[in-house]
Amino acid sequence: MLAMLAVMMAVIVFTSVAHALHPPGNVETINPLTLHLEGEFMESNLGTALEPDGSVTVRLIAQQYSFVPNCLLVPAKTPVRFRLTSPDVIHGFLLVDTNVNTMIMPGFISEVRTSFARPGDYFLPCHEFCGLGHHGMWARVVVVPKEQFAKLSRTQRVGCEPG
Amino acid sequence: MNRVSRLALCHYWVAFGLFLPAVVLGAWQMLMRSPLPAPLDDPNTYYISMSLHGTVMAYVLTTFFVMGFGYAVTATSLGRPVRGMMAAWVGFALCLFGTLLAAAAILAGRATVLYTFYPPLLASRWYYGGVLLLVGGSMIWVVLMILNMLAWKRDNPGAPVPLAMFAITATAYLWAWSASGVAAELMGVILPAAFGATAQIDAGLARTLFSVTLHSIVYFWLMPAYIAFYTLLPAAAGGRLYSDKMARLTFIMFLVFSLPVGMHHLFADPEHGDGFKFLQGFFTFFVVLPTLMTVFSICASLEIAGRARGGRGLLGWIGALPWNEPMVLATGLSLVMLGLGGLGGIINMSYAMNSMIHNTSWVTAHFHLIFGGAVVIMYFAIAYEMWPRMTGKPLRSKAMARWQLWLWFLGMLITTIPWHIAGLMGQPRRVAIFDYDIPVVARTAALVDVSVLGGVVLLISAILLILVLLRSHLGEKTVERPLRYALAVVAPTRLATSLNGFALWNAIVLVLMLVAYGYPIGQFLFVLKPHSAPAYNVTRDGADSD
Repeated sequence: MLAMLAVMMAVIVFTSVAHALHPPGNVETINPLTLHLEGEFMESNLGTALEPDGSVTVRLIAQQYSFVPNCLLVPAKTPVRFRLTSPDVIHGFLLVDTNVNTMIMPGFISEVRTSFARPGDYFLPCHEFCGLGHHGMWARVVVVPKEQFAKLSRTQRVGCEPG
Repeated sequence: MNRVSRLALCHYWVAFGLFLPAVVLGAWQMLMRSPLPAPLDDPNTYYISMSLHGTVMAYVLTTFFVMGFGYAVTATSLGRPVRGMMAAWVGFALCLFGTLLAAAAILAGRATVLYTFYPPLLASRWYYGGVLLLVGGSMIWVVLMILNMLAWKRDNPGAPVPLAMFAITATAYLWAWSASGVAAELMGVILPAAFGATAQIDAGLARTLFSVTLHSIVYFWLMPAYIAFYTLLPAAAGGRLYSDKMARLTFIMFLVFSLPVGMHHLFADPEHGDGFKFLQGFFTFFVVLPTLMTVFSICASLEIAGRARGGRGLLGWIGALPWNEPMVLATGLSLVMLGLGGLGGIINMSYAMNSMIHNTSWVTAHFHLIFGGAVVIMYFAIAYEMWPRMTGKPLRSKAMARWQLWLWFLGMLITTIPWHIAGLMGQPRRVAIFDYDIPVVARTAALVDVSVLGGVVLLISAILLILVLLRSHLGEKTVERPLRYALAVVAPTRLATSLNGFALWNAIVLVLMLVAYGYPIGQFLFVLKPHSAPAYNVTRDGADSD
């Protein structure tokens, strides 16, 4: 019994240290009342942005009862950093069939890092009760081949209609 | 019927009387979210139903049941009347009044915040006030348990406190520590907004305070089940308790380890960093120990009983057990659900694996299996054991009680196994309507249909429960039989102070809580500059608590 527990504890300590397998741990505050007026969550900054090092950052707002933008385009085989916040109540962010899973809280910026092995269409429901319209709140993440993403213009990378 | 029996029975009847309609709601919710047609097909009604189902099951059924059980245990294990009967009735009245307030606010559509509140969503002040009264009323019970144990110790210096009384007092301390979180959340963050003193709610602080309650409350719910395992089951099976000291150690470990671990519910939250999530996740592993000790102890006690009844060979004693006794049958079924649910729980609390299943149906399945299954089935067994003792009337009938237990067990498995799978397939929790036209959602449709069937089985079982209890209550009076507690193989004559009281353990809890929660709570006051979000009203017309 004790050995079983000890082994599990050892595995968890090992994987979290050696493979950086751990839940989101970024603590960063933001004013929910002004986030749409200034800074990184202004409307023009939302969606997928290419970073100088080749990775991408996806900025997303969760609000009653939608994600903005409600469809995201990201490249496969590329480090992806999601940055999320809420201007109103608590929401959830779950990329079905992956382990991308975080809460989104007003006053805080959630950050999750992942990368997608292959192109595909991912379903993204809000997984935290956020009010009477909760069940209608979902979005999509479309993963396209890295080469295809590179050819898109800055505006084409925002939204899901690859040109 | 003596005075304590009447007090305990009133608590039990409130608990089970509200339990049945809450099961009806649960069964309807499963139909509503399935692809099958449902009556009253309306998402608002779903969320109202869910708020009521959760509030009744998590707060009302449990609190009233544990309080009633506590009074019965105090009188029967100490063998003398409960001191403070008047205060006990005041506590009962406060809890009942609070329950009615909260239920009325939910039914009026003014408190659709489920039972875990989700600030900055804001419900009617009557709802929060009702919940606070329920929790506050139960604190009278906490004080009475502690005082009764202390008074007995004063009158019997040096004697070991009877195990059942020791365990229910551990439960009282545990609940006092646990409830401090939700009480602080309500009084410090939510009620000021509900009463209009502020328009802001610090959601991060509120969630952190609630996490103090969120895990340990589950151990408050399951303590009666464990007390039954240790003190009632061995007697019902015709044997002895394997070890009295091991039992005491188990209850002490629950008190100490179930508290500084609540942040494993916040693994996916952005208001805390890796460090304290890891620390509390690590502490959580220690809560597994008392459960593993219990499984060992219970199996040993049952083996003693089975062999005493003539069971032979390696496993022959299992067949020799009196499985027709509801207490023995319920324990067997409970341990199966505890095993399955417990393994799932180890996944939930595992730092990294939690990301696969956080806020999916997997979690709903987990706590229904552990609490609704393993714990509540023992509530039934305790009721079947105590009803004849408290009413002086025989159980009508044991066969019907066995059917009820089996149906509850099967219904719970048929409901929760599909939920576990759907959760792994990414089905989120707390959703009124699924759009089955979406391919990812469509693949869970068959699983949801199966769980509807489980809901029907559970409903039949709940109706049977009420029938058995009513028929027994209204039956012919026969001779009174006292409640028998199990004797230990080696009954203790003297105990170390630490195994006969809680001063040391409460001091340890205090230190652990300061270590585990000092910074996570303190950061909101001193370190972070969190920007509180304005409170969002979820009442139907929004006119109530602006």
